[in-house]
Amino acid sequence: MTVKSQIDNESSGKRESKPVFLFVYSLLGIAFGIVLTRSEVLSWFRIQEMFRFQSFRMYGIIGSAIATAALSIVLIKKSTLKSASGEVIAIPKKTVGTGARYAIGGTIFGLGWALTGACPGPLFALVGNGVSVMAVAVLSALLGTWVYGFLRPRLPH
Amino acid sequence: MSTWRTASWSWYVAGPTIGLFVPALLLAGNKVFGISSNLRHICSALTPGKLEYFRYNWKNAGLWNLVFLSGVLVGGFIAVHWGTPHDIAISPATKAALTQLGLHDLSGVAPREIFSWRALLTLRGLVSVVLGGFLVGFGTAYAGGCTSGHAISGLANFELPSLIAILGFFAGGLAATYFILPHLL
Repeated sequence: MTVKSQIDNESSGKRESKPVFLFVYSLLGIAFGIVLTRSEVLSWFRIQEMFRFQSFRMYGIIGSAIATAALSIVLIKKSTLKSASGEVIAIPKKTVGTGARYAIGGTIFGLGWALTGACPGPLFALVGNGVSVMAVAVLSALLGTWVYGFLRPRLPH
Repeated sequence: MSTWRTASWSWYVAGPTIGLFVPALLLAGNKVFGISSNLRHICSALTPGKLEYFRYNWKNAGLWNLVFLSGVLVGGFIAVHWGTPHDIAISPATKAALTQLGLHDLSGVAPREIFSWRALLTLRGLVSVVLGGFLVGFGTAYAGGCTSGHAISGLANFELPSLIAILGFFAGGLAATYFILPHLL
C-alpha cells in the first residue's frame, strides 16, 4: 500500500478541523478514557488474565465491542445517513497484499501488548490514571513508530 | 448516574460501550476509530520531511484523532479522581500464577514492582516499559493498526487483514506471557 493511499484511508475529509468538531472529538476522547479505566481493559492484570485464558471477561468485552460496532456499521451502511460534518459515511477497505505486514507487525505488537499490558489507547489513559512511568512507554512507542518509518522500505509488506 | 462511577463495569456493559465509539466517530465526522495512527501523526509533526512515511499533512489527516487522544488522557485522569479506588479483581488462578512468578504486590491498576519509576531501571522495568513500549509502537505501525483499529474497527467491518493482525496479536501476546515473563519476573 502506498503512503498516500494509507493516509487517504485515515482521512477522507478536511472539515473535521472546525473547532466545533474538535470539541466533539475531545469529549468522545474523554469518554473513552473513562471507559478504558472503568472497564479495566487498561490494566496489566486484566491483560495477563486474558493471555492466560483465566477469565472470560476480556473476551466478552472485546467480542461484544466488535458485535456492537459491526451491527452499527451494518445499520449505518443500510441507512443513507451522512455524518454531522456532511460527508457520505464510508469505511475504506484495507489492502491485504501478502498479509506479511499484518502477521509480522501484529506479532510484534502482541509481544509489546503483553509486556506493557497496554495497547496505545490505554498507554495514554494510564498516564492520566497516574501511572506516570507509562509516559516513558509512550516515548518508546513513538521511537518504535519512527524506527518503523525508517526501516519501512526494507521490510516485507 | 452512579453506575459510571461504580468500581468495575461488567463485561456486557463495558464491551458494547467501547463498540459504540465506532458509530459515534463515523456519525460525527466519517472518522474510523483507531488510536495508533496518532503515534505516526506525532512523529510526522516532530520530524517533518525526513522520512517518506512521515511526509504528509498530519493536521489534515490526524488533528481530530490527536484531539481525541488528548481526551483519553484527560478521561483517565477524571475516572481515577472521581471514582472509587479499588484493586483489579482478577481471578484466583491469575493471582496464583503471578504470585508464583514472583510478584508480591497485586494492588493498583498495574504492578508497582514493574511499572514505577523505582523499577524502571531494573531489568523487568526496562523490558516491560521501554522495550514493550517500543514493540507496541513498531508493531502497530508495521501492522497498520492496534486493538482499536484492527480488533474493533477492522473485524467489525469484516476485514481479512485485521483478522490476520489479531492472530498475530495473540501469537505475540502468548509468546511474551509464557516465554518471556517467566524469565523476567
